[in-house]
Amino acid sequence: MADDQVKLHGSWVSLYSFRVIWALEIKGISYESIEEDFLYNKSQLLLQYNPVHKKIPVLVHGGKPVCESMIIVEYIEETWPHNPLLPRDPYERALARFWVKFVDDKGPAIWRMFKSRGKEHEKAKTESLEMLRTMEQHALGDKKFFGGDEIGIVDIAFGGFAYWLGVVEEVVGLKLFEDQAFPRLHAWSNDFKQVSVTKRNLPDPHRMLVFYKDVREKLLGFTSS
Amino acid sequence: MGELTLIATPQSSYCARIQWTLKLKGVEYEFIEEDLLNKSPLLLESNPAYKKFPTILHEGKPLAESLIILEYIDQVWKHYPLLPHDPSDKAIARSSAKFADEKLIVEVWEAFKSEGEKKEKAIKAAVESLATVDKQIEGKKCFGGERIGYLDLVYGWLAHWLNVMEEVGGMKLLDKESFPSLHQ
Repeated sequence: MADDQVKLHGSWVSLYSFRVIWALEIKGISYESIEEDFLYNKSQLLLQYNPVHKKIPVLVHGGKPVCESMIIVEYIEETWPHNPLLPRDPYERALARFWVKFVDDKGPAIWRMFKSRGKEHEKAKTESLEMLRTMEQHALGDKKFFGGDEIGIVDIAFGGFAYWLGVVEEVVGLKLFEDQAFPRLHAWSNDFKQVSVTKRNLPDPHRMLVFYKDVREKLLGFTSS
Repeated sequence: MGELTLIATPQSSYCARIQWTLKLKGVEYEFIEEDLLNKSPLLLESNPAYKKFPTILHEGKPLAESLIILEYIDQVWKHYPLLPHDPSDKAIARSSAKFADEKLIVEVWEAFKSEGEKKEKAIKAAVESLATVDKQIEGKKCFGGERIGYLDLVYGWLAHWLNVMEEVGGMKLLDKESFPSLHQ
């Protein structure tokens, strides 16, 4: 039915887009994917759907737009409750949402590290490390996934950052996510990439490297190592 | 429903959100006042990730972040629901709350504490953001319609704190002519 049509305005380079893709795929929801050139050339439709922030991803369901990746994921969870991404217990749900917010608050340090130099870069590096430490010690603990035995909303939220961190490390030429320093997170990261939904839906690493190297050069005006 | 404790500083607008929520739902709670400069071990234990208030303890289990606490309370005490039922309306409400906390509050604080050109820039940004908010409440008594809902609690600080900040910060953001709906 035209009324129930699901469209995702996103981008192959955006971890925020992939969060929505993973949620849709876990729930087995069919959707149309509309590729947006969000850096250089946003479509008219996107600007119409997200006039305040002008950002991707935007999910359009039955003609109604939903913005902000994790708000979209919650919307998907509520509209299609099968294969739940959130725990049933209200306290556990609130905890999961707390960690999602934490990831969204601290995660951007990785971007700041990517697009800066000198003092700002060092500061962002410290923040990124702190985030990893907190995720390892307090959020993950002894569990296989943040969601327990299966991936849940926190895995979706953090998964993108963890994968993109690898790309950023290579482009910038540093190593933050060491397996000795973060053994549990490392194990988690490997398990996460093996889950069928994520395995089938991750951007090509080589293509990403090329893209982000280019972005960094344009931002900082030099060739990265 | 178990014992509930709120750990916060009474001057904080984030704390007020929780207090208003609990009052609306008629939930009894114990209030532990904390000093921003002298955080107690209880707080640090309950909120290791942020070490901030407000933090609640429900049946001994800690939770932080005002909006997350708000949603939790809304789910546990189901009478007088605060968030809309429809997933699309809920998403819009959450988006607006995110905007309020990540953009508007930040801009207002910046306008409050900065000087000169930085202040002018921040004031301009805050006024633009307030215009967005004003549009949302146009023609309605509350953000929630006829009665107080989630967004009224989110934006509630505007009614009380903004005046003080404007006076102390030497700036005028919310005047009657520019934002008739919001002023009301």
